[in-house]
Formats: sequence, structure tokens, C-alpha cells
Amino acid sequence: MIYYTIKRLGLALLVALTVSFISFGLLYLSSDPAIAMAGETASDADIEAIRKLYGFDRPILVQYFDWLQRAMGGDLGKSYYFRTDVSSLIGERLPTTMTLGVCAITFAIVLSVPLGVAAAIRPNSLVDRVALFLSVMGQALPSFWFALMLIVFLSVNLRLLPTSGSDTWLHFVMPTVVLGYYAAPAIMRLTRTGMLEVLSTDYIRTARAKGLRPWVVLFKHALRNAIIPVVSLAAVQFGFMLGGSIVVETIFALHGAGFLAWESITRNDLPTVQGLILVFSLFYIVLTFFADLLNAWLDPRIRIN
Amino acid sequence: MGNRVLSVRNLSVDIPLADGVLHAVDDVNLHVDRGETLCIVGESGCGKSLTSLALMDLLPKKAIRTIGRLDLNEASILDYSERQMSDVRGNRMGMIFQEPMTSLNPAFTIGNQMVETLRRHRDISKSDARDLAKQMLEKVGITAAEQRLTQYPHQLSGGLRQRVMIAMTLLCEPELIIADEPTTALDVTIQAQILLLLRELQHEYDMGLILITHDLGVVARIATRVAVMYAGQIVEQGTVEQIFENPMHPYTRGLMRCIPVPGKTRPGEPLGSIPGMVPSLIGSFTGCRFADRCDLVKEACRKSDVALRDVAGKTQAYRCVIDPQAMTKVA
Repeated sequence: MIYYTIKRLGLALLVALTVSFISFGLLYLSSDPAIAMAGETASDADIEAIRKLYGFDRPILVQYFDWLQRAMGGDLGKSYYFRTDVSSLIGERLPTTMTLGVCAITFAIVLSVPLGVAAAIRPNSLVDRVALFLSVMGQALPSFWFALMLIVFLSVNLRLLPTSGSDTWLHFVMPTVVLGYYAAPAIMRLTRTGMLEVLSTDYIRTARAKGLRPWVVLFKHALRNAIIPVVSLAAVQFGFMLGGSIVVETIFALHGAGFLAWESITRNDLPTVQGLILVFSLFYIVLTFFADLLNAWLDPRIRIN
Repeated sequence: MGNRVLSVRNLSVDIPLADGVLHAVDDVNLHVDRGETLCIVGESGCGKSLTSLALMDLLPKKAIRTIGRLDLNEASILDYSERQMSDVRGNRMGMIFQEPMTSLNPAFTIGNQMVETLRRHRDISKSDARDLAKQMLEKVGITAAEQRLTQYPHQLSGGLRQRVMIAMTLLCEPELIIADEPTTALDVTIQAQILLLLRELQHEYDMGLILITHDLGVVARIATRVAVMYAGQIVEQGTVEQIFENPMHPYTRGLMRCIPVPGKTRPGEPLGSIPGMVPSLIGSFTGCRFADRCDLVKEACRKSDVALRDVAGKTQAYRCVIDPQAMTKVA
């Protein structure tokens, strides 16, 4: 287990380094940061001065290592637009995004895992059909439309929930439902497929032949094995929620990190975009790392060779 | 307590399929006594595994079981609810499966899986259950039992896993064990060890044993009585001596010709084989099910269903209309 953890950790670090290099390079290729900083009305001399001042005239590798070194110390540079530290800017926005992400993934798992299990126990039953219907809906409905419908019914008509902002937990109810419902179908389908497959294995027959209670067979022997791929999927979904909840954050005016990313891209705010990409990638990498550890804990065949 | 561990009357298993009902097991009658080994022999798809699953009430959901009588230790368990049956399974009736590689849950230790079986049926502490599990592992010839308890199935070889399965099945000291091809997936040397072990343990615990196999070598080695199945029916049954020395049904005779006999079968001489294929069991079927492959077939064979008939003065019975005199001449 220790060897496995170290191996995964090493891989995670390598991925993090690669991602940082690629994101750094891509953004430098896509636009000239000096022009972006100087603004549209600046003269060539101004642009040249800025280029010198910020060191954009140095070789790209030098610039990369310089940036990486500072980034490791928590200094992600200054935002071109806000003129403040990128790290504190991101730090301000992250709690909102994190709250939303945690709520949404919890909602998605709580909704879809039991539904997937129930559907697998009785394939083609009413429960299975309802689960299928819900998951097709979840996959097909665009989240902006679903969000607007919720606002129309719950906020405008029934006046139950606030439409925008992030002041109380009530503000998070609709965003959680929209974002979670978007992630739920995949988790549900994978749980269902996994359970169906596991329920037909020899060891489940053995468990029943031992006279074990049905719920022990189902939740101890079957779910434990069926849940392994679901863990990996949920980790990816969670990472996606942290980085990609732009639509939901915009509609409900939750000014989180996703919204900041979108704003910064449209403003050509290079340091902020870079910082966000780095933070989002690190989230993904950390999540994948923990998902791998969780899987190793669940499946001894991964843990012990 | 009586001597008869299990008695089954009129067991049938039907499986509804898209193109008709598959009559997989047809009117099977069986019994097993204490200390006795009944071997059910037959080729793949003859219904022997379904018969064993039907006895445990573990058939797949879509299979329909009809059964006239099912007695365990001379008391009917036919009307038992699923809850009552689960008290019987693993406790009074145990089952060992064909695939030791996949029959243990990969996510839990051997100890965990053994302790949970004991604690399901006995009111004992975890540590007592663990001690019993360890003793049982030693009994089935597993060394370093303490360490094995902490290991996962994938860390053990196939032979070891099958020993674990046997130990797990024996934990609650069942009156009857059903072993469905327990040695088929194992190396030949391991096969012999496992069979020997089963036989020893059976004597020690004075259990009834139903052993399902397609291997006549296994039958000769371990059986007290034999039931030969063909296309869902028992076509012949009797003691192991009767079946091997005086097989009556043409199918059983055909099977016997497939085994080489030391001293009798000359090198290079082809072994017997039974031409043809098992008939489809979907829909209704009249007459002898072996008729198409039988070289003694007569018109009467196809006219009506054939009942089991007793061999005069013996415990042997077979399902054939042909005059035994005529049969011996040909065979």
C-alpha cells in the first residue's frame, strides 16, 4: 500500500508539472501578453516597454521556470484587470465554488447510487424505467434551461428560493440541484451496470448459498465491488464541477472560480487564467490521487500484488 | 434422527424463453442417506447443475421450479419461506461450486468470509468464530492457517481456494453438501487430493454428499450411488457397482465404452463415442429423449414417454423400453 501510494504520488506530480507547462505554453502561443496588458490604444513603444518591464522578451523556458518558481511560493502574479494578486483573487472565489461542488456531487451520489442499485435489483421494472427516464432527462436537458425552469417555478411562481447570490444556504439549493442532476445520470448508469454485472458473478451465488441475508449480499458483497469504477467517475465529475460550473455560476450569480475563469478569458487576463488552470488541474490531480487510494482500499487486488 | 438426509420427489425446472419453454429438468427423484455419496453424472446441459441449484432454492429468477416433495432429515422444507430457506443454506445444506477462482469475493479476506458464514448461523463471538475458521482451514489441509485468514482470494492458488470453499461450507457442519463439479477447474493432481479430502470429511462428519460431475473416473472413485442424467431426466440410477458392472440404459452403456479399461483397451484402439447431439428441450417432447442417438431404437421408443423401471431384485432402475435380453446381445 505504501509503495502504491508513493507510485501514485509520483505520477500525480509528473502530471501536475506537465499540465502547468502546457497551460503556460498554450496561453503564450494564443496571444501576446504585452498587447493584452497595454490595451488596444497603446503605441508600439508602450507595448515594447511593457514587454521589457514584465520580462516577456526572455526565452519562454526561462519565463516558465520563473513563473513556476513563484507559483510554488503561492505567487501567481498580478491580475491585469483587477491589479491584485491572482492567488488572493482565486482564494476569494474558491469557497463559493467548493461549497457548490461539494453540495452538487453529494446530491448526485445520494440520488444516483441508490437509484442505480434499485434499478439493478429489478431490471426492466418500474423503478428501472423511472431511473432510466430520469437519467435520459438529466443527460438531455441543457443545464441553463433546467436552471431557468427551476427559477420560474420555485422562485418566481412559488417564491420559495432566492434566484441569485451566495449569502445563505438557500441560495445554493437550486445551483446544487442543477449541477448535481447534470452529473447524476452517468453515476446512476455506471452503478446500475456494475451492480448487474456483479450480481451475476459466482461469488454472489456463493454468498447466497451461505445463507447470508439479502441486504448483506447486496450491500456488502455486491455494492463493494460494483462501486469501484463509480468512485473514479465521481472524482472526475467532482473535478469538472469545480472547474466547469461556469453556466450554473453565471445564471445564479454565484461569483465563484468558474465565473472568474470565464470573465478572465474574455478580458485576456492572462495571469488569472493561468492561475485558475493551475488550480483546477491541481484539483483534478488531487482528486484522482484520492480516488486511486480509495479504489486501492476498496479492491485488495490493486493494493496487494 | 433418521438416516435419510435428503429426499426429493418430482422435481422439474422450466425456463421460459423467447421461442418456448425449456424443460431443463424433468421429474427428477433423488434421495441421499447419511454418509452416502450420490453422484449425478451427465454431459453439459443435461440439467445436473440446475438440479443442484433447485435443491438449494438458488435457481436464477426466470427459472420455474415445481417440486412434489422436498425433505431434509425427514422433515419437509418445501413450504419454507425464503427467510427460512436462508437459515437452511450454509447451515444445514452447503454448496461447493465449480469455479474456485471466482467463487470467493475478491474484496474480502478469507477470514472475513468464513467468520460471516459462522456468525450468520451461530450465535458466537468474532474471535471464537475466527478460531473455528482457523481450525477448519487446518482440517482441510491448509498450512499457516492463521496467515491465510488475513489473505485475499487472489493471493491463493485454485486448489487452495477450493479447500477454503470446502472449509467454509463445513463450518456449520451441514447434514448435506452439494458439490457441483468441484474438481473440474483444477489440475489433475489437485483433483485427486480434493476428492480424497471430500471423502474423508464426509466420513468424519457423517454427511450426505451429492457430487455433480461429468467425469466417470471421479464417480468410480467416490460414489456410493449414481444417477445418470440425460436431457433433463434421470435415465438410470443404482449403486456404483451396478452402474459400472451392469449398465442397463443404452446411454449409460455408451458412456462406459468411452472409458479406457487397463488391460482391455489396446493401444491405438479408438475409444467409444456416442454420435449425435442432445435434442432441444424447448417445447413438448414425446418418447425417449435418447432415441435419436440410440443404435437400438425401435418404433415404440418414440411413441410415448418412457418411465423408469426397476431391475428385478435390485435397487437399480433405468428408463428404456427395450427388452434387456435384446440389449445385452448388441452391447
